Amino acid sequence: MAAPKLMDFDRALELFEPVLGFEVHVELNTKTKMFSDAPNFFGGEPNTNVTPVDLGLPGSLPVVNEQAVRYSISLGLALGCSIAESSRFARKNYFYPDLAKNYQISQHDEPIAYRGSVDVELPDGRTVTVPIERAHMEEDAGKLTHVGGSTGRIQGAEYSLVDYNRAGVPLVEIVTDIIYGAEKDAPELAKAYVSTIRDIVIALGISDAKMERGNLRCDANISLSPRGSGILGTRTETKNVNSLRSVERAIRYEIQRQAAILDAGGTITQETRHWHEDTGRTSAGRPKSDADDYRYFPEPDLLPVQPSTELIEELRQALPEAPALRRRRLREAWGFTELEFRDVVNSGLLNELDATVAAGASPQAARKWWTGEIARLANVAGVDSASLVSAEQVAQLIELIEAGTLTDRLARQVLEGVIAGEGSPAEVVDSRGLAVVSDDGALIAAIDEALAAQPDVLAKIRDGKVQAAGAVIGAVMKAMRGSADAARVRELVLERANSAPE
Amino acid sequence: MTSTDLIRLTAAELADSLAAGDVSSVDATRAHLDRIDGVDGDIHAFLHVARDAALARAGEIDRIRASEDGSSLGPLAGVPLAIKDVLCTLDMPSTAGSRILEGWIPPYDATVVRKIRDAHLVPLGKTNMDEFAMGSSTEHSAYGPTRNPWDLDRIPGGSGGGSAAAVSAFEAPLALGSDTGGSIRQPAAVTGSVGMKPTYGGVSRYGAIALASSLDQVGPVSRTVLDSALLHDVIGGHDPRDSTSIPDTWPSMADAARAGQREGALKGMRVGVVKQLTGDGFQSGVTQRFTEALAVLESAGAEVVEISAPNFEYAIAAYYLILPAEASSNLAKFDSVRFGLRVNPPGGGTVEQVMSATRDAGFGPEVKRRIILGTYALSAGYYDAYYGSAQKVRTLIQRDFDNAFGRVDVLATPSAPTTAFRLGEKLDDPLAMYLNDLTTIPANLAGVPGIGLPIGLAPEDGLPVGIQFMAPARSDARLYTVGAALEQLLEESWGGSLLSRAPELATATVGGR
Amino acid sequence: MSEISAEQVAHLAMLARIELSPEEIASLTVELGSIVDNVAKVSAVATPDLPATSHPIPLVNVFRPDVVGETLTQEQALSGAPEAHDGRFRVSAILGEEQ
Repeated sequence: MAAPKLMDFDRALELFEPVLGFEVHVELNTKTKMFSDAPNFFGGEPNTNVTPVDLGLPGSLPVVNEQAVRYSISLGLALGCSIAESSRFARKNYFYPDLAKNYQISQHDEPIAYRGSVDVELPDGRTVTVPIERAHMEEDAGKLTHVGGSTGRIQGAEYSLVDYNRAGVPLVEIVTDIIYGAEKDAPELAKAYVSTIRDIVIALGISDAKMERGNLRCDANISLSPRGSGILGTRTETKNVNSLRSVERAIRYEIQRQAAILDAGGTITQETRHWHEDTGRTSAGRPKSDADDYRYFPEPDLLPVQPSTELIEELRQALPEAPALRRRRLREAWGFTELEFRDVVNSGLLNELDATVAAGASPQAARKWWTGEIARLANVAGVDSASLVSAEQVAQLIELIEAGTLTDRLARQVLEGVIAGEGSPAEVVDSRGLAVVSDDGALIAAIDEALAAQPDVLAKIRDGKVQAAGAVIGAVMKAMRGSADAARVRELVLERANSAPE
Repeated sequence: MTSTDLIRLTAAELADSLAAGDVSSVDATRAHLDRIDGVDGDIHAFLHVARDAALARAGEIDRIRASEDGSSLGPLAGVPLAIKDVLCTLDMPSTAGSRILEGWIPPYDATVVRKIRDAHLVPLGKTNMDEFAMGSSTEHSAYGPTRNPWDLDRIPGGSGGGSAAAVSAFEAPLALGSDTGGSIRQPAAVTGSVGMKPTYGGVSRYGAIALASSLDQVGPVSRTVLDSALLHDVIGGHDPRDSTSIPDTWPSMADAARAGQREGALKGMRVGVVKQLTGDGFQSGVTQRFTEALAVLESAGAEVVEISAPNFEYAIAAYYLILPAEASSNLAKFDSVRFGLRVNPPGGGTVEQVMSATRDAGFGPEVKRRIILGTYALSAGYYDAYYGSAQKVRTLIQRDFDNAFGRVDVLATPSAPTTAFRLGEKLDDPLAMYLNDLTTIPANLAGVPGIGLPIGLAPEDGLPVGIQFMAPARSDARLYTVGAALEQLLEESWGGSLLSRAPELATATVGGR
Repeated sequence: MSEISAEQVAHLAMLARIELSPEEIASLTVELGSIVDNVAKVSAVATPDLPATSHPIPLVNVFRPDVVGETLTQEQALSGAPEAHDGRFRVSAILGEEQ
């Protein structure tokens, strides 16, 4: 596909105002599916975590998972929404092979939660309030695999295979109102919004919220309004955005793409766009048109959900602290400077840091590793840091450093091993033989050898020119392949230089 | 007892004989299988006969009865029954009368099927029906029509014509049916048998292939009121797999039926006759027998009053919007992906084309008609005028019922406006066909129970006429009391059951299995 | 008279995924027109203030505990499939994008 023309971002912002809207799907981590008692787990052998309900077999009927309703109410409350006195399910009718019944049970005109807002912090520390229109419950579809053709994608495939293990996994869809005024911060706002939603659902414990696994999916609606026109532009809906960093990139890209088209006198097609992580572009998907007629009607197999005031209050009391309050608390507890803390927040690593500190690491060490080496590796791999290592693993790594078992340099090698799936940090240290050598015997042998090889240096040290020892220390560290404690080497070099035979 | 005697017994009588050890379940089952072999070539009540499985199951039950566990057997243990093909059965094809499900064997049992198995009844096979229960004549079955045992040129009603014909032709003492707008009660009326549509939610719908989810209800089909009550007791009750299942505990329907057989059961019973469901449009013989039945009720101490239900006039219209709308969605799952027929268009095609070709080939004309109508009623711009309005009419009809039941204990109507019509007579006129369910539809819209039982033969054609009683939601037991009382009074005056007057069917030579 | 056109029936058939022949569309257009004429009277009595009834027996908050039950085996799941491959249901190429 030819690279589409893009307009410079700043220029695009001069000409147009970006208008945003997000639909975030959160997979709930209940034990069972939304409407059946099949396990809510979609790995494993295809079509094994299914009941007649998930396959849409004739005669089967849905029954609502009570825990999914509680989770949805909690999420609604955390989003500052009102909880509907009465909400109900509706059928969204359309034919697609991953949709077992050829209708999706969702909520239409009576969602469980409506009208809320979330405060989102931008990288520069400003807070933006994102208006929430609604949050509603629905079921996920099955998974299609396209076979044949070159790309494994739908275009050009010879046939497709369907696995319904994911069919019926409980989802909450969070829909924002139209967001105006984001201006040049639109990409950062998008990332911060999704990151905040992720923090909220993790704090609630209702979702695994791993974007790369599809636990959390963001569809981003973007349109451009020509400055001063007061006219809303045609919007596109970008899907397949699988990481926080892609949310930001995809929004930036779409603004630049749409601006170039509009500026050239073209029109934007109302369609879904697919984000491609590898190329950093979006491609055209299904056109949206008036022909879409989902024929929503109240699901006759299910009854209204009318949560009691007591239940809502119980869930409200159990809510974790709001993200803004939590951030304030953590910053104080960790003693970070404002810059250090913002760096963590902007990297979307607050939860990882919190968990790492909870696992025993010092806040500064945790910050150093997450925002340093791990972030660098994640950037290279084009994934989110949290998908590389767990907080527990990082805490173990830091513990090994602080115990003197590892140097920073060795620790980076251990980290690579952990990411490569070689086991826990301790296991990698063992299997790769990476521990700091603390046996002075081996060190002394290496030092003696280095001193013998550099008699002029030896002479200088003996003359009291201690800084000359650096050359020997370097040679020893090299010989030990980094597995020596430099401070100890220095100590021993001085000792041996003054005691070695003439 | 001879085979002929065995098939003529009511389920209650057969159950007594089985319990007393006078007859074995194997003998009773074989007698019915032989009857099926003998007459079903003409009647075509069955789409599938599970001869070997039935005899094996009957043998098992006989062994249990002979063992120490014998005393644990339920009241209908060992009694054979037929199952409407709309119900999913693990060991038998379940087609709902449609080509699109030809040969499909579900990997699960419907809850009612599991219950009848647990109660040790013996499934004989699956009965014919209008495709996906859409119809009033069984002519819309993809597998050919069922014929009325009273006159083989006439329809047995629908959609459950197979179950009604099976019991009235003595091929089974009991059958399971489903009733969305009269599919149990109208066939009962035209075949001289008994059928009950329980309160919506009284019997589980899990495993009943859905036509219209908010109207469908599974119920018993039999030759006597007590037999239906006995079967109702087996299949009824709460099912956590059906969200619309009522979590109440229910009184014994069989006790209620037996109470009706006692002296004075009808004394003081207030019976309302729905003005809008009598008179014009009803066959004269139907009206005559209905009026006589009311007189019998009065003579037994019941008080008969006229009730007006002004909104019933809109019931058919509302029904033919709600049903197609729900059906259009319920039937979307038949798409050639997970089960059932697949038709590939010439030269292959995309999955969309395969689905469309399959649904064109697999659905009959009436199913297509209703799916298109339902799609229309739900589509953008029409929803409020059609589906939305129909749901409001439903509220009005419920209010009419509420008003009526403020004044009377039960409502009475003829079960159907006419006796059995001839095969083919209304096949090309969907609207005329829809009018058959005039009297039965209001109960489905309001969710209230309705029972149909025979009240004689129309003088002009000698064919059965039925009466329908309706009661408030959850008052199913009252219908068994009233029904059993009237049945007893009528049979006393006739000197036997109405079905004993049915013409003898020619029997094919039975193979010596 | 109802205003249902053949084009409308063709569109409904597309939505309902039924490949109707031109003859079927023609006859359905007539039949649907007369049925709709007969059922349209519901809107005459359905006043705005009248509540809709979607369930005949009103129940609310019918839930299932979040407890895993029995699942089908892969063999059972695929037992009715017209075509299966690698433990999955096989369908021919898909034209349209997912929704």
